[in-house]
Amino acid sequence: MLRVDALAARLGGMRLRFSLDVSAGECVAVIGPSGAGKSTLLALIAGFEVAESGRVLIDGRDVTALEPVSRPVSIVFQEHNLFPHLDVAANVGLGLHPALRLRPEDHAEIAGALERVGLAGLERRRPGQLSGGQRQRVALARALVRRRPVLLLDEPFAALGPALRQEMLDLLDRLRRDRGLAVLMVSHHPDDARHIAERTVFVHGGEILVSGTTEDVLGASRSTELRAYLGDAPG
Amino acid sequence: MRRLWPGALALLLLASVIAGALGALVSAAPSIELGGLADDLYLRRVVVFTFWQALLSAALSTGLAIPVARALARREDLPGRSWLLKLVSLPLVVPSIVAVFGIVAVYGRSGWLNDFVSFLGAPRWEGLYGLSGILIAHVFFNLPLAVRLLLPLWSAVPGETWRLVAQLGMRSGAIWRLIEWPLLRQALPGVAGLVFMLCFTSFAVVLTLGGGPAASTVEVAIYQALRFDFDPGRAVFLALLELLSCALLVGLGQRFVMAMPSEITPGRAHARPDLKGWLGRGADLLLIGAITVFVALPLAAVAVSGVAGPVGKVLSDDLFWSCALRSLVIALCAAPLALAIGWSLLGMCARLRLAHARPGWADGVELSGSLVIVVPPIVLGTGFFILLSPHVDVYAAGPPLVVLVNALMGVPYVLRVLGPLHRQMSARYERLSENLGLRGLSRLRLVEARLLRRPLGLALGLCAALSVGDLGVIALFGTRDNATLPLLLYQKMASYRMDEAAVIALLLIVMCLGIFATIERAVGGRS
Repeated sequence: MLRVDALAARLGGMRLRFSLDVSAGECVAVIGPSGAGKSTLLALIAGFEVAESGRVLIDGRDVTALEPVSRPVSIVFQEHNLFPHLDVAANVGLGLHPALRLRPEDHAEIAGALERVGLAGLERRRPGQLSGGQRQRVALARALVRRRPVLLLDEPFAALGPALRQEMLDLLDRLRRDRGLAVLMVSHHPDDARHIAERTVFVHGGEILVSGTTEDVLGASRSTELRAYLGDAPG
Repeated sequence: MRRLWPGALALLLLASVIAGALGALVSAAPSIELGGLADDLYLRRVVVFTFWQALLSAALSTGLAIPVARALARREDLPGRSWLLKLVSLPLVVPSIVAVFGIVAVYGRSGWLNDFVSFLGAPRWEGLYGLSGILIAHVFFNLPLAVRLLLPLWSAVPGETWRLVAQLGMRSGAIWRLIEWPLLRQALPGVAGLVFMLCFTSFAVVLTLGGGPAASTVEVAIYQALRFDFDPGRAVFLALLELLSCALLVGLGQRFVMAMPSEITPGRAHARPDLKGWLGRGADLLLIGAITVFVALPLAAVAVSGVAGPVGKVLSDDLFWSCALRSLVIALCAAPLALAIGWSLLGMCARLRLAHARPGWADGVELSGSLVIVVPPIVLGTGFFILLSPHVDVYAAGPPLVVLVNALMGVPYVLRVLGPLHRQMSARYERLSENLGLRGLSRLRLVEARLLRRPLGLALGLCAALSVGDLGVIALFGTRDNATLPLLLYQKMASYRMDEAAVIALLLIVMCLGIFATIERAVGGRS
């Protein structure tokens, strides 16, 4: 579904180079220290940053030269996913029409998406009246109505407590299986990866140092950098 | 209540100055027949015109600032943008009387505009004096102010938002409707209100460009009552009227007291997606070009006519040098006094907030420093005039009073520039400093002055520049023997010695910017 082929870019003085595959319905976790280039990897795929060379293929189509809006990709950030002055329905509705000119049937779709993320009936709330977890659910609902096959998540649940994070990961897991989404999730918590990701890649110094099944990558960590990143925590 | 005395002292000073001046006004009031004055047709016209011109000025300045600020916000990569922003900020420090000179030189009867117009063979424009001149000058000062206040709103937009906008495919229209306008809408009443207040109490502009009783404001009418008609009763009535209106306006909009951004935050690296269209690009460049010309022309006119004027004659005049020296001394006394008052108040706020857990009192203290916004300098001046005239020669007492009033006028600027940063600093380091026993001067030297060095320099430089260029209270108390440079410039303009006025205007602006830059560099360090 998503193929990143020798994608190269520069971040500050660092050279970045990534190659990666994610199939439909699969979730791949991206772990690694701050400044390693995890978020830049997502920005390159979404088209916010321009690659120097290499390709991004989605569903076999080369999207490297496309504007962000034309790429079949949705992204959820850690925060600032919602416009604070627009209510929940409008925030989700932006995924259907970027100038918010919604048809009657769009409202039904928005309500349906909100129901799927467990926020039925909260259409009229403002983001300020929602908890952190609820705000991220709204962002997921917007990703749902956009119906893009690739979902990128940039530390989406980092600001949430452990129980809530579990809950959100379960929701994410359900949604991607239902829709067959290819999910690439940046996270700082190995637990997140264990919970949801079939495969995990470890990014360090602008490249993917280790890649494999989550169990392998987090288990027998042979790379010094990976061991240093994971610390002494068992497993 | 430990170590609150510096702030308490500052409060006492503020309170006694304001209470003294207001007390004098109020005690003089009963002896005046207020009813008769309220029926005075001329006074009624003055009041109506004061509101009308302030309303128009605020609407024009704020309304035009929106597209200009948007264009500047959109073109972050414009070559020379930082210089452009500096140029656009110039009217904030340029003395109003100098700007008026420049505006006359551009739009006046024999100004550049008419030169150009008659070159084209079109009829000359002779309508500068009156409402149109006042509006041009007020927009010249307040459009840049409004742009500076609005521009930081765009950098407050999180980078994630622009990325989402790009991904969702929003176009310029939708971005404006869904992101920019909601953001601006919250700030606009505050900005417009501030501009309204500034224009409501504007003095030098109306005095010089009003051109007669048909276009006079309350502020100018006070001046005329005291200086020409020797009618203190009318001045007291007008001063009380102005005080009441200002208090009412501030009461209406608590938000008038806006935080002044101490510098324009650098834009984020995330470019917005709607910058490529030719139409948008052309409109932005047109707007940026227009504001540049509008701000630069009067300043250029001051420079050109100043250089061409009788420089030698002005420089060999002793009166010029004594006025310049007096202005300098007044500024160098008023600015530190303003800073001392403002700083003591901020320190008191911090301790009330953190050591005494009295955030409400702290807000009150901070608000009291901005009281001068409610009590215009000319009202203070009138109060002192009434208070002192039975006892001393008020004209001799001029310069110290000017220092005092200029210092009080500077306090709101000190609070706006330093306030947010001081609050941030004390939230982080107040308890640590207490724990380490760092207090008083050693804390000032080791912690505060270092952390806040740049805004301290900015505040002090701003106060000094404003004080050098001020033509307000000095107009009430000034004579030939104790004039300041702005007053001398006004006197030359009033007696139509425009060639000398041109040189003085140029030298005043050089002095003003020189003092501002020197103090900002010396105190704030190189950027």
